[in-house]
Amino acid sequence: MATRKFQIYRGDNEKGEMVNFETEVMEGMVVLDVIHKIQAEQANDLAIRWNCKAGKCGSCSMEINGKPKLSCMTRMNEYKPDETTTITPMKTFPVIKDLVCDVSWNYTQNKRIKPVKLAPESKTEKGYVMYQKDVDRAQEFRKCIECYLCQNVCHVLRDHDKKDSFVGPRFMIRVASLEMHPLDIEDRIPELKNDFGSGLCNITKCCTDVCPEHIHITDNGIIPLKERVIDRFYDPVTILGRKIFGVRKKKLPPLNP
Amino acid sequence: MLDISEIKTIEHDVLIVGAGGAGLSAAIEASGRGMSTGIVMKSLLGKAHTVMAEGGMAAALGNVDERDHWKIHFRDTMRGGKFLNDWRMAELHAKLAPERVLLLEEWGAVFDRTKKGLINQRNFGGHRYPRLAHVGDRTGLEMIRTLQDHGIHQGIETYMECTALDILKNEKGEVCGVVCMWRETGTFIIFKAKSIILATGGGGRAWDVTANSWEYTGDGYALAYEAGAELMDLEFNQFHPTGMMWPLSVKGILVTESVRGEGGILLNSEGTRFMFNYIPDRFRSETADTQEEAARWLAGDPKARRPPELLTRDVVARAINAEVKAGRGSKHGGAYLNIATERSAEDIKKKLPSMYHQFKVLAELDITKEAMEVGPTCHYFMGGIRVDADTTMSSVPGLFACGECAAGMHGANRLGGNSLSDLLVFGYLAGKNASEFAKSKSGHSKIDEEQASKIIRNATNILNREAGANPYLLHEQLEQNMQVNVGIIRVKEELETGIERLEKLKEDYKTVKAKGSSQFNPGWHEALGLRNLLITAEAVARAAILREESRGAHTRSDFPDELKEWLNFNIISRKGLDGNMELVKVKRPVPNPELVRIAESTIEDLENEIVEERKQTNT
Repeated sequence: MATRKFQIYRGDNEKGEMVNFETEVMEGMVVLDVIHKIQAEQANDLAIRWNCKAGKCGSCSMEINGKPKLSCMTRMNEYKPDETTTITPMKTFPVIKDLVCDVSWNYTQNKRIKPVKLAPESKTEKGYVMYQKDVDRAQEFRKCIECYLCQNVCHVLRDHDKKDSFVGPRFMIRVASLEMHPLDIEDRIPELKNDFGSGLCNITKCCTDVCPEHIHITDNGIIPLKERVIDRFYDPVTILGRKIFGVRKKKLPPLNP
Repeated sequence: MLDISEIKTIEHDVLIVGAGGAGLSAAIEASGRGMSTGIVMKSLLGKAHTVMAEGGMAAALGNVDERDHWKIHFRDTMRGGKFLNDWRMAELHAKLAPERVLLLEEWGAVFDRTKKGLINQRNFGGHRYPRLAHVGDRTGLEMIRTLQDHGIHQGIETYMECTALDILKNEKGEVCGVVCMWRETGTFIIFKAKSIILATGGGGRAWDVTANSWEYTGDGYALAYEAGAELMDLEFNQFHPTGMMWPLSVKGILVTESVRGEGGILLNSEGTRFMFNYIPDRFRSETADTQEEAARWLAGDPKARRPPELLTRDVVARAINAEVKAGRGSKHGGAYLNIATERSAEDIKKKLPSMYHQFKVLAELDITKEAMEVGPTCHYFMGGIRVDADTTMSSVPGLFACGECAAGMHGANRLGGNSLSDLLVFGYLAGKNASEFAKSKSGHSKIDEEQASKIIRNATNILNREAGANPYLLHEQLEQNMQVNVGIIRVKEELETGIERLEKLKEDYKTVKAKGSSQFNPGWHEALGLRNLLITAEAVARAAILREESRGAHTRSDFPDELKEWLNFNIISRKGLDGNMELVKVKRPVPNPELVRIAESTIEDLENEIVEERKQTNT
């Protein structure tokens, strides 16, 4: 047990300041524990979002020493005992109060994505037929806990504030989870290019680096989607092929293995 | 005097409180029936407690073992619940779960697959066959995300970070609205509704060691109680046998039962696999009695019986407790759970990825190499709002409840995996029946301003007081009290002490004070939740003292046996005319004899019957 120093942002989007706190840190504590302790003992109205405290709900995203992280999965022993830990809200979204941001923009992006549409011919009386190897990729994207840390570090959103033209990594992989669902027959490639801004991502992989679920956002999600856009709109060979042979239908998994 | 006309009012046919699996299922159903549907939630959409469910949802799909059938699922559920379950609810659940799971797949859920390309199912405590449709160990996340992504295209209005304070009723005693508070701004809003569905989950935050998040403050119980509805079976609180033990700051966080479903074994400090010593008579004929047989079961031998680690949760939690008491506990006062010796590292990472991650990060422990330390943690409320099985309506007209906040389905002990399927089945039934109720109403009732201002005043008084008790400290005292006096093993004297302290806490609560403004003020939110938690805790403690027997999750050291006469009664708590809580022992309804026959059949007879039935339908 030792007394450690913290600086926590207090305020809203217009004005605020870093406030100093000191508190006892015990073995095994994570940053969220520290915030709760300060909240209970020193600052009852310190605003923070959290739910599961086990890295499963994605509520407690913030920046710890400038790094975007889930506070419930960040242990205090990652930092030196004599160092002051700074805790600030996510930078990309407007601050409501203290460590709580307005993330509502993300919810409006999700609504723009066409829902899943499964191939009726794959339906049997025992449910839909698809195999584990077919679903592995979609399942990787579906691990997303919507912590929005990827949205927070994305340069397009964070530095260039292009929220009107790019949906961000979270929703790129949401589209990927649908496009790579083995039975989905909806087409989202045109809006990916025209509305969701797939061309704006310049593959710096910062989103992948901060993903607490270790989803390969860029390599497995965004790049393959960019390739699909290129195939559809920019590759003369595939464009010609489609003109002659028509749009190729998705190859569905066989009904019997 | 407060001017209610200045408070914004929004109208819906059906209003749902809570946006976990049950609330979202209900909202989708109500909206699909053409109802103007609103759903209020304390957190952001998609963050509800359902995301923490790990193991899976139980449904007799028969994809892994074709012998499975709703009757066997029903029998398992009744036996797991020590026959105190509402018979009709358990029947509805077992019958409807498969179609609801398939519908979830239609809406985009991507379950793990069998070799034949169907939804894969895993073993779990108390389930005769592999029955839990799952996605690794993050099934709850899959459920909530699927319902969320489907729901946002169904025309449902979502109200996030909005706390429901209390229910409004009209002069006929029917519900007609809810007063809520926006957490962000601290301003109030009134929702008018023709029917209301409570889907608020449980109240596990009343205990110190809990797997529940801050949201679990028993809001639904308290709102229903204040509105005049009855609460039932609140003495049955499930302590999940395997919560994390160390480090202290993570104590209570859930370790999924799937660890045992996938073969994990429990050991004491002497290295003994102690569960073999705790097999109850009722399960003896269906449980392996040697390590050799348990190993064969894990290898897939259909003739081998299930390992004792997969006995029901109440049994395993008590066994761990007993080992610790006998001085054979693990280093930090629990038991060792080892999967490393039973499965390859690759298998563990594939089947239990979030457990691997959770221990690696929070405890710096590699579960593919070392044993975990686990112990009981407060997990689930079997009891809740008393509802009609078919309609899910409470005793207050127009007030419905589903999911964990409703009583009946799970009896004295819930089987793992029956919760997620409960959310789907009873969420659907609540949505359907609340819609029918709303359709029978021609318009909205007029809001009684006095009721509304009283609710708002109760909330603002907490901020406006000059000085008073710190809500965080009161909550801590409540947790300690429940942990010590109303814990896993209960006894009259301690329960009495517990109630005395609760009375004192109720007094202190009258002067609770939250510092700061009304804008996103966690201290104020904490104080508002505390009222609900105190009502919940009182109902639990008073029911626990009344039930003088041990059954399922309710264990009395002074009444250690399950008593036949108690099987005939439920304990109900409600607000008496004098404003105090009153408890009543009520006789249970006579069950359908066919259901009794199924539940009491031997497993062999029932399986033969199903084989015969299937032959008949095939010819």
